[in-house]
Parts: sequence; C-alpha cells; structure tokens
Amino acid sequence: MTRLSGIFLRPQVAALVAVLLMNWLLFPDFFDLTWRDGRLFGSLIDVLNRGAPVAILAIGMTAVIATKGVDLSVGAVMAIAAAVAATLVVGGQPAIVAVTAALAAGLLCGLWNGVLVTYLDMQPIVATLVLMVAGRGLAQLITEGSIVTFSDPVLIYIGTGAFLGLPMPVVIALALLLLTTLLVRRTALGLMIEAVGVNKGAARLVGIPARLLLIGAYAFAGFCAAIAGIIVAGDIRGADANNAGLWLELDAILAVVIGGTSLLGGRFSIPLSVLGAVIIQAMNTGILISGLPPEFNLMVKAGIIILILILQSPLAAEAFARRMPKRKTAPRERTMP
Amino acid sequence: MAQAQGAQAAAPPLLQARQIGKIFGQHHALDGVDFEARAGEVHALLGENGAGKSTLIKILTGALQPDAGEVLVEGQPVHLRDPQQAQGLGIGTVYQEVNLLTNRSVAENLFLGRQPTRFGLVRKGVIERQARQILAAYGLEIDVRAELGSYSVAIQQIVAIARAVELSGKVLVLDEPTASLDRVEVDKLFDVVRALKARGLAIVFITHFLDQVFALADRVTVLRNGRLVGTKTLAGLSQTEVVRMMLGKDLSFAHAIGGGPDAETGPAVVTFDGIGRAGKVHPFTLTLHEGEVVGVAGLLGSGRTEMARLMFGVDLADSGMVRMGGRVFALRSPAQAVAAGFGFCPEDRKLDGIFADLSVRENIIIALQARLGWFRMLTTEEQVDIAGRFADALDIRAAHHDMAVKLLSGGNQQKVILARWLATDPRVLILDEPTRGIDVGAHAEIVRTINRLREDGLALLVISSELDEVVAYSNRIVVMRERQMVAELRGEQIDPATIVQAIAGQAAPDQTPEETP
Repeated sequence: MTRLSGIFLRPQVAALVAVLLMNWLLFPDFFDLTWRDGRLFGSLIDVLNRGAPVAILAIGMTAVIATKGVDLSVGAVMAIAAAVAATLVVGGQPAIVAVTAALAAGLLCGLWNGVLVTYLDMQPIVATLVLMVAGRGLAQLITEGSIVTFSDPVLIYIGTGAFLGLPMPVVIALALLLLTTLLVRRTALGLMIEAVGVNKGAARLVGIPARLLLIGAYAFAGFCAAIAGIIVAGDIRGADANNAGLWLELDAILAVVIGGTSLLGGRFSIPLSVLGAVIIQAMNTGILISGLPPEFNLMVKAGIIILILILQSPLAAEAFARRMPKRKTAPRERTMP
Repeated sequence: MAQAQGAQAAAPPLLQARQIGKIFGQHHALDGVDFEARAGEVHALLGENGAGKSTLIKILTGALQPDAGEVLVEGQPVHLRDPQQAQGLGIGTVYQEVNLLTNRSVAENLFLGRQPTRFGLVRKGVIERQARQILAAYGLEIDVRAELGSYSVAIQQIVAIARAVELSGKVLVLDEPTASLDRVEVDKLFDVVRALKARGLAIVFITHFLDQVFALADRVTVLRNGRLVGTKTLAGLSQTEVVRMMLGKDLSFAHAIGGGPDAETGPAVVTFDGIGRAGKVHPFTLTLHEGEVVGVAGLLGSGRTEMARLMFGVDLADSGMVRMGGRVFALRSPAQAVAAGFGFCPEDRKLDGIFADLSVRENIIIALQARLGWFRMLTTEEQVDIAGRFADALDIRAAHHDMAVKLLSGGNQQKVILARWLATDPRVLILDEPTRGIDVGAHAEIVRTINRLREDGLALLVISSELDEVVAYSNRIVVMRERQMVAELRGEQIDPATIVQAIAGQAAPDQTPEETP
C-alpha cells in the first residue's frame, strides 16, 4: 500500500500529469479518443505512438546507463537497421528475413560497443561515439546513398499497423517493457547490473560475470535500437540513412535521466525511463499544438526539462521532506513492528 | 580536569563547543556534547566508529551546522556557515586523504586561492621563495617546484598542515592524519605537531591509534554513541582506562582474543601448488587445513596482497595449480574461486569491497546470489532472512537492512563484507587486512569472529600488519619478503620477535617488534 502510493508520488508521474494537463488546457480535445477502423485515434494515442521509438531506445539505454555507461550510437544503429531491412525487402527477401537481419545487425553493433568498452577498456562515451559517427556512414553504404523506399506490407504494418486497437509501435514498446522488466526484476539480473554499475571491481570479486553483463547491456541497447529503426522505417516506408533516428540517442538518454537513473550507474528503473520518454513526447506534442512559433520549441523543451530535473533532485526532495515532516514520519511509525 | 584548566583558566579556549546536538533523520548523531581546545595543547578526540567524532569535527569546521548548542571562537559565539568561514576565523583542517592538487607544484598548493599577483599574473618566484621559507619552519627542505604528487604521503600531509596553519593559524584539526603513514613518517609528523603546539596553536587530533594519543596528546575527549563520555588529562591515565571509556566495558585486547590456538588442525582443504606470477609473486606452495588460520606477515609491498589476489583468481597465475578434493585446476576468475567455496575480503574496503549505494541486505546476499547465478533469484523473504541471520551473528549495527551500506561505519561495513562471504557457506576465507582502519571495539569483534570461524572448521588465510593480532589467532604464519614466501613458522616459533626477524631477514635483525599495549 505504501509502495503503491509511493509510485504515484514519484516526481516523474507528477511531471507527466502536469504536462498532460498543460496540453489539455491548450487543446481541450486532447483527451478525446475515437474508435475508427478497428483502432483508437486521438492525441493521447499520437503521443504514445510518436514516443514509442524513443521509449524503446530508452529501455536499452537504461541497461547501459545502469552499468555506468552510455550509448551514443543508438540513433546511428537505428539507421543501420532500417537500411538493412529496407535493402533486403527491396532486394526481394521476405520480411521475416529482413527483420531478423536488421535485429542481428543491431545486436552486432551493440556487441561491438560492448567489446570496445569491456575488453579495450575504452570510455563508453568515446567507444560509442565511434559508431555514432561511423554508423551513419555504414547505413549510407548499405542504402548506396539514396533513400530506399519499399512497399512490403509486413514492414509497413510494424510501423503503422494496429493490434488490439493500439498502434503497433505502442504494442511493441509495451511488450518490450513488460518482458524486460520481468527479466531484470524476476531474476537476479537487475541486482547484478546495479552491482556492476555501483562498483565494477567489487562485482567481479564477488563472482558476478561483470564483463559479460557489460557486453550484454550494450548488445541489448543495440537490439532495442534495431527494433526502433525497423519501426521508423516502416512508418515512413523507407530507410533514410541520414535522418533515421537522428539525435534520438539524446532523447533516449534524457528519458532515462528523467526516469531517475543516475548517469553514475547503479539503481535503475525501466518503467520510469519509459515514462520519461512519454513525458518528452507529450511535451513535444504540447509545444507543437500550442501554436508557439516553432523556433521556440527547443528552448521551451529545455526549460521544462530543467524544471523536471530540479524537481527530482535530492535538494528538492530534501526541501519537500522539510515542508512535510509529519507525512514523512507518520507511515514509518505505522510500519514499525 | 580542573588541574589541566587551572593554568590557563584566564583566557577562554580558542575553540569551544557547548551542548552540541545534531540529528540525522531520527538518529541523534550528537547529543549535548561539550568540547574545547586551548592554546598550546593537543587535544585528542576518541571514539568508536559511529561515536560522532566526524560529525563533531564537521560542526567545528563549519562543514555541518548543529541543530542545538553553540560554537565559540575565543569566547565569542560564532555561526559557522562553511569551512571557508571557519578558516577565516582561524580554524584549519587536514584530512586523512590529502585534499590538495597532486598534479600541481608544492608551492602552488601552499598558495592555492591566494597567490600573490602583479598585474593579474601569479608571481611564481615570490610564491616559491615564500613556500621554501614556510616549509623550512617545518623542517622540510624539498624542491617546491616539483609536483606535490611526487612526494610521499607524509610530506603531502605536512604541506597540507603548513597550508592550513598559514590560512588559519589558531586551531588545527587533524583528522586521522597518520592512517596511511609508516612509523618514521608518523614520528616526523609528530615533531611538526609538537612545534605547532609550542607556537601556541590549539590542536585537535583524531586517530584510531591509542599509543599515538598517549605519545602526543595532553588531554583526551571520548565520545560514545553521540554522547560525551568525558574529557581527561592524559598524564596519569592508563590505556585500559581510555579503552574502557570508549567501549563502556572493560575490554583489554589480549583478553578479548585469548591466547594463540593449538597447532592441531583438520584435513587439508586446498593446496596452492607452485602458484606464482612473474613480477608479482615468486611461486609458492601452501596448504590450508580445516579449522586452521594461516597468518601472513610481511611489510607493505612484500607481495602479501598479490599472493591473496592470485589465490582468489583476481590476477591470473602464470605457474602452478590448485589442488582441491582430488581436483587439479587453474583459477581463471573470482567467479570460479567463489564456486569452489572461496571467499575474499579485499584490503581496500571502499574500492573493492563495498557496493556503497546498495542496501545492507543486498551487500550481504550478493556473493551468494552470484554463486546461485542470475536465473535463480533469492526471493525478498530469503534475502531478508539471510541478511538478518548473518547481521545478527556478526552484530552488524544498522538501523535497518534496507539502508545504503555507505551510511554504516567502517567497522560495520567490514562486518557486512564478512557476512557476505559467510552467507555463501565457504570452505576457505582469505582476509586481507580485515581490521585496518576500524575502531578498537569492532577490531576485537573481528578477531573474535576469526577465532570462531576457525573453530567452526573453516580454513582461513589472514593477512595483517599487526603482529600481536596475527600471533593471537594463527596456527601457522607464513612470512613474505620481496615477493617471496621466506618462512613458515609454527608452534613455539609464533611470536612477534621471530616474525620480525623473518621479515627483516637474518642479515638485519635490528628491527624491534611492535610494542604491545
């Protein structure tokens, strides 16, 4: 009971509610949902749908950041995966082959990052910067410099279709969220990742396969990036090596940070990272529908993000606790045996 | 006490704290504590870890603000907002870890933040000349242009003191300044402190070493559980009395750990057969038996720690094999060692042992969880149960087991690491300096625990610099010198004098054994 109310008191939830309310004030139809052609439509669904790729990136990014790393290459890996999938279906391969190959490419990219970080002991930011720059070049080589368009129905369905009334990207993101959360919290993986993030040396000394976990985290981030890349390609029915996933790595990192996972590694929460991604998208949508000149978008966004980060800083938490001393001590007394 | 104050009663103390209280959450870190430091005295502040020493020092130096009571400088109440202000009022602090820039020159460090300038440029020549003058007063003639980091910790420590005295000049707070110094360096540092005392400074001295307190201090104030036990003049006081004040019970160290164990041990558990690594440790052969403690003695850098790391698979051996229960294998990783039933408490608790941000419970179950593998997760109930059992067995004092382990005192953190390995039900435990940097009470408890584990049939290898301690619990002692195992002592041979001789080598038996209290 305390735990449940704790979740709703999270600053992330408060921030999301505030952003949604703001959107509602600007645009009274914001919460309206309609059912048409077997699926839901509405601004709220749009927010989820547009936010899905970043949410998926953020799931992988959380694992990497929890190990005290960061992956700057996920945007470029999206472009690579999109290029692989598009080129293969255009070349006449069935969609299943294209999707599998794209996912494998993402996994491979992640493994590459992981090996650089783990065995060559490179700093994560530098190691993944390599692929961030080179990856787009690689994607351009695959697409031979052009935008490869396709009409494969399966790929298009992944990007724009609906399942149980929800857009496919949302369904995929939710499924991934569920599976990953179960994987890390119903096994000891989560604790082990946190241990590696807090103290890699000590983790090795207690017998945790720290290197394997590190490589695994980067591989997983690459895999997630590939999923996001396929979705984006399916959405625009083509692979644009220059623009697919451009700058999305930064949104993903931001989503993780808003979700409360420290860049110093350790404690992480995948659901809160996904919430962070939704907050970012709700903000983007809100700014767009506000009618504010587009030039202001990025600055307004930056301002709101700073506000959110201040709200969830230890300083704010302390001030909050000082303001409401009664509330803080009361439940504790009750739970004391 | 009245006598000590009699001579100087006219002048108010340079630094005084009255009825200081500090609360963290629901925990009273300090409660009604009085403390004073007079001109020309060395005042030692003692207490077990968690007694409130650090909190009091932080309040006296402005790093923390008290929730009750007041701080007075030369009789005037002051409100210390931060260490800079305290410095301005004459209170300087030197911490255990030198807080200076090791990559800048000695002279720059001395004048950091207050360099004499002309036309906005730092006058390098001037600060170097002045730096030489200042350090000469401390008996230090070194190249002040060299990087601070190129000098020993002792010299860095003296530079830090010189800087603190230059900046403040009335009160000098020394927070465990000798923790990482050897004997000669400690003597040198003490000379400096005595000279400053003669200059009329008030010196507050915090340490874990009782003999240093008796060697240097005039008065001692003891804290226990955030309360003042008392302030006494040291002349005429015995070490036992001070320990009694600290622990609140009569606990002489020798009594706590009893005599040395018998030589009898059980069957062999593991043999490290010719294990070695070029440039680290010469190949050695060592068998550990059930119910046996093998002590490892040797100076810093003699290869003690390197030996332990090879035995746990942290560093890979390039020669030799491990024989255990009919199996012969090479250790390739700590994970393999853990699976074989080994446990290892590393020398540097903070760096290699503790997961600072994880909870006490998680820190205790983590090795067992690693051994079970990622898929078989210990349920919360199992974790609570295991953590509770081993925390009780080792008397780990934590408000609750969900708190971050970094909030515990050093001694309790060390017990958490011990609990972590005991939870894996190990056959072999390797402890590297298990009692370093922890207070007298926790020290005796850990030594008792080592004895109890031996009686339970564990095979233990314990590395320690404290000879009287090694003598007290070891069935056998191996001595390391210059990366080689040079001697193995048993039975009658186990006494500090023989060990020192073995450490020093037959050629130079001029070293005296450690003084035992």
